[in-house]
Amino acid sequence: MASLHFELVTPEKLVRSEEVHMVVVPGTEGEFGVLAGHAPFMSTIKDGDLAIYKSENAEPVKIRIEGGFAEVNEKGLTVLAEKAEV
Amino acid sequence: MASLKALKIRIGSVKSTQKITKAMKMVAAAKLRRAQEAAVAGRPYAERLEKVMGSLASKVTISASSPKLLAGTGSDQVHLIIVATSERGLAGAFNTNIVRAARKKADELVAAGKTVKFYIAGKKGRAVIKRFHAKQILADHEMGHIKNVAFTDAQALAEDVIRRYEAGEFDVAHLFYAKFQSALVQIPTGQQIIPVPLPESSADTGSGAAVEYEPDEESILADLLPRNVAIQIFRALLENAASEQGSRMNAMDNATRNAGDMINRLSIQYNRTRQAAITTELVEIISGAEAL
Repeated sequence: MASLHFELVTPEKLVRSEEVHMVVVPGTEGEFGVLAGHAPFMSTIKDGDLAIYKSENAEPVKIRIEGGFAEVNEKGLTVLAEKAEV
Repeated sequence: MASLKALKIRIGSVKSTQKITKAMKMVAAAKLRRAQEAAVAGRPYAERLEKVMGSLASKVTISASSPKLLAGTGSDQVHLIIVATSERGLAGAFNTNIVRAARKKADELVAAGKTVKFYIAGKKGRAVIKRFHAKQILADHEMGHIKNVAFTDAQALAEDVIRRYEAGEFDVAHLFYAKFQSALVQIPTGQQIIPVPLPESSADTGSGAAVEYEPDEESILADLLPRNVAIQIFRALLENAASEQGSRMNAMDNATRNAGDMINRLSIQYNRTRQAAITTELVEIISGAEAL
């Protein structure tokens, strides 16, 4: 299955830029999972854990993020967060 | 003519000054590299935020109900000038240039009949602004404790500015800092940060497919605007940090070279004086011997 291009950016640096299977983002109106080929979408995020699934059955890698928003377009998912702790 | 001893002391003193300026130059060079890296690392975020703002702005129409940060207060009578300078001196004309650019803008605004207030961020701009515009200072943001600019520092500054904006203390805000072009060239720049100038909305999100927003466009925009102000300030602070080091490196390089020239000149003078003294002594001895 096609992989999703995922980028996590903070004002201080580009934290992650990689190909993953799925990312679960803590949106203000509820968590949502993004897979490859997701429809264009934009949401603000609340403070919480971002879960990154490298492959279908892999254990998620969690990154704590604070404040910002997520954008999905045909190129992939970009999360702009004010703070990110690995 | 100065005595030999005085010359020797003088040379020693210039030499130790040269050592200091040389060390400062090397420290500035090392810090410059780090500051430059930080500025580069901050670029992706700003670029993406700008893109998103552009695509959002094309979908939202500005009306009276729009957030104040975008639409303005409806007047442009009171201008706030934020002057970002460094905390340390000995950086050539770095701080002077920023302050000069800010004061020039202030004079223009005053001539146009506007009220100008100052917001000081950084110690080195404080004295000059205080001397000329003591009554117009709105606030003085303490930054002395900051070693490396972090986003939270910019955020604190942005929050304070936005709070004052919402309290109606000013209508338009300009930010003055030195844009980093290269280690040799730093350009004092002013830019408007409030109301938020929107990027040209030609930035297409790509496919043109309908983008879903959650919550709606306006609330996302309202959420992004203060963030944008913080990011602009953060960017300016990073550029300023890089410019400061570049400027200092340059100033110290010049100082080191000047000290070198001075040492050369003093050494020549020293040698000549020494030779003259020897010659005089010889002449005295010879003429003394001849007299016998």
